[in-house]
Amino acid sequence: MAANTETMTINMGPQHPSTHGVLQLILELDGEIVVKATPHIGFLHRGIEKLSEHRTYHQIIPLTDRLDYLAPMSNNLGYVLAVEKLLGITDEIPERVQRIRVIMTELTRLKSHLVWLACHALDIGAMTVFLYCFRERECITDIYEKVSGARMTSNYFRVGGLADDLPDGLEGDIRAFAESIPEHIEEYEGLLTGNRIWQKRTIGVGEISAEAAIDIGITGPSLRASGVDWDLRRDNPYSGYEDYDFDVPVRTGCDTFDRYRVRLDEMLQSARIILQALDKLKPGPILADCPKVVLPPKQDVVNNIESLIHHFKIVTEGFKTEPGEIYQGVEAPKGELGFYLIADGSAYPFRMKIRPPSFVNLQGLPQMVEGKLLADVIAVIGTLDIVLGEIDR
Amino acid sequence: MTPEVLTLSETPWLFTGVMLVKIIVAFVATLLIVAYATYAERKIIGRMQSRMGPNMTGPKGLLQPIADGLKLFFKEDIIPSQAHWFAFILAPMMILAPAFISISVIPFGGDLQFTYDGTLYAVPMQITDLNIGVLFIVAMAGLGVYGIVLAGLASNSKYALLGGIRSTAQMISYELAVGLSIVAIFMLSETLSLRGIVAAQQQPLWGLESVSFIPNWYIFCQPLAFVLFVIGSMAEINRTPFDLPEAETELVSGFCTEYSAMKYALFFMAEYANMITVSAIASTLFLGGWGGPFYGWINFLIKVFAFMFFFIWIRATFPRLRYDQLMFLGWKIMLPLALVNIVITGIAILLW
Repeated sequence: MAANTETMTINMGPQHPSTHGVLQLILELDGEIVVKATPHIGFLHRGIEKLSEHRTYHQIIPLTDRLDYLAPMSNNLGYVLAVEKLLGITDEIPERVQRIRVIMTELTRLKSHLVWLACHALDIGAMTVFLYCFRERECITDIYEKVSGARMTSNYFRVGGLADDLPDGLEGDIRAFAESIPEHIEEYEGLLTGNRIWQKRTIGVGEISAEAAIDIGITGPSLRASGVDWDLRRDNPYSGYEDYDFDVPVRTGCDTFDRYRVRLDEMLQSARIILQALDKLKPGPILADCPKVVLPPKQDVVNNIESLIHHFKIVTEGFKTEPGEIYQGVEAPKGELGFYLIADGSAYPFRMKIRPPSFVNLQGLPQMVEGKLLADVIAVIGTLDIVLGEIDR
Repeated sequence: MTPEVLTLSETPWLFTGVMLVKIIVAFVATLLIVAYATYAERKIIGRMQSRMGPNMTGPKGLLQPIADGLKLFFKEDIIPSQAHWFAFILAPMMILAPAFISISVIPFGGDLQFTYDGTLYAVPMQITDLNIGVLFIVAMAGLGVYGIVLAGLASNSKYALLGGIRSTAQMISYELAVGLSIVAIFMLSETLSLRGIVAAQQQPLWGLESVSFIPNWYIFCQPLAFVLFVIGSMAEINRTPFDLPEAETELVSGFCTEYSAMKYALFFMAEYANMITVSAIASTLFLGGWGGPFYGWINFLIKVFAFMFFFIWIRATFPRLRYDQLMFLGWKIMLPLALVNIVITGIAILLW
């Protein structure tokens, strides 16, 4: 007589230690094997897109910090580039601003990848890597604090420039940190890459083919680990990325292990870009010469009547743009982060649509875990590198 | 003058008194080691992970285990409304008791001699010397599974259930490998008494007089059994990399998800008590028990602590295995190896 079996539905999250925030997964389990996985999102919805419709363009920048809160500067960059494109002032951004933006976003990439590696390793059970990564992340948050005053929600980039110049001596700190990265990566690799258990847990887990990844729209390291050579920094450069010499790591394993290798290689490349940008960094203005849209420096506001007037106008009513629609995508640590702006000629965007990489990458989860074991679900959530702040917006 | 052996029939009061003292000393010492094992683990892992570990409670954080214990003691004791209350209460006790009972057959030193009423008595530093000591330990380790299974079932929670199922499968499969690896030891020693096994290990290595400074510890003639035993015991006591039943990132907290307060503390204590027991058994079976350069029980404690340090070190280093990989390792690698080891040992005994 056949045994009477039925599946068990388990409610993983939103309160669960390793769903990276408030992701809820409804898992149908047959023993330990996942029959069906349904992600439920929306527990962290703050309505950032809707809020943006009632904010002036400058007031939206702090909201973007809170999208992918592990990589705030990348979000800032995507947004300010979109607004600059809308205003048509992309070519007027001073060189120093471009360099500092690249340095800070690459530091952000390192920061995001360090948190990813930390949590991914912890999810799979390697506790020590977690603390090593957070040790290095601490250096980046310190740099964040020195440039912007905040450790996480930086709010540092401005339309047409930066909030402030780099403080004295910080370039040396950044250089020392970037030079130490290869050494630290070696340390993590020593604990993980050759480790038999780590390999067993990651090789062949969460496979997704290049075709399936493109169909879903997966971008970033997850796409590059499936063998697709696509990186917006190289293929559709912005902020002067065409000036730097860097490789785009691509692997063809399609699995968790290769996504891990791709991200580690990317961290090395980020350190390379930072060092090159520091070499090319020259003194210069940190704001574009567009007084109608760029907030003047505080010193000018106090001493110069025209600056005072501009400051007053921009702060109280914002600046108006020409009606139009634009899209700007940047290569955020997690994939392509896009901002789609519709302007109706007022001081507020008519609509701002964000294309969050985590949201799109998460769509690959069900097909990556179905038929696998419960423990693989955790590994796959980790390898997709999702942040719920960005998914729910 | 040969010392008399204390017996219950001839000197009942003295015998009972000495036994009580031995039990209390062994129990209190184990409890103390359990408490400070948590502290040591946090400090050692802290050092390995370049952080401080507890350092605020008392000098160098030394009062931390006591503070933790007090805190857990005064927490609200929650029994989920849908749980089976009797089994729910019974489970933590069933897991802790076997962990402590195993200590009773482990010899932690040589004979202690004392004169009472003009007669010289010898007292073995071991609570009781069962002639089936090794079997007793294996049996007690088997009993520990029931606690986890009961906890998993009685909690009426899916995570706890999964944890309970995982640990049942894990402990049963690894107990086979562990049990079979021990078989090779008592084939050599020709006794199941742990006291006898320690005595056998105090001969010179392989009976050779030329290397008499090396004791005949079974780790030298049974290295494979030793490795199997250590790996298997790690799996049996649910330590990393075999900590699947309580895999925090997968099953929240596994079988003890629903437990709180002192009942949770009992699980926690059982984990460390098991670690001590396993270290003590490994030292006794493979590293010559209390034999060594120092005074009896000091040697023994050094070996136990070395094992515990090793377990903690492993925890700081390795990720966790997956359920199917764990089963594969247990049934398809460790069990055949243990069987092969027995065959080889048998042939070796026949030939020499």
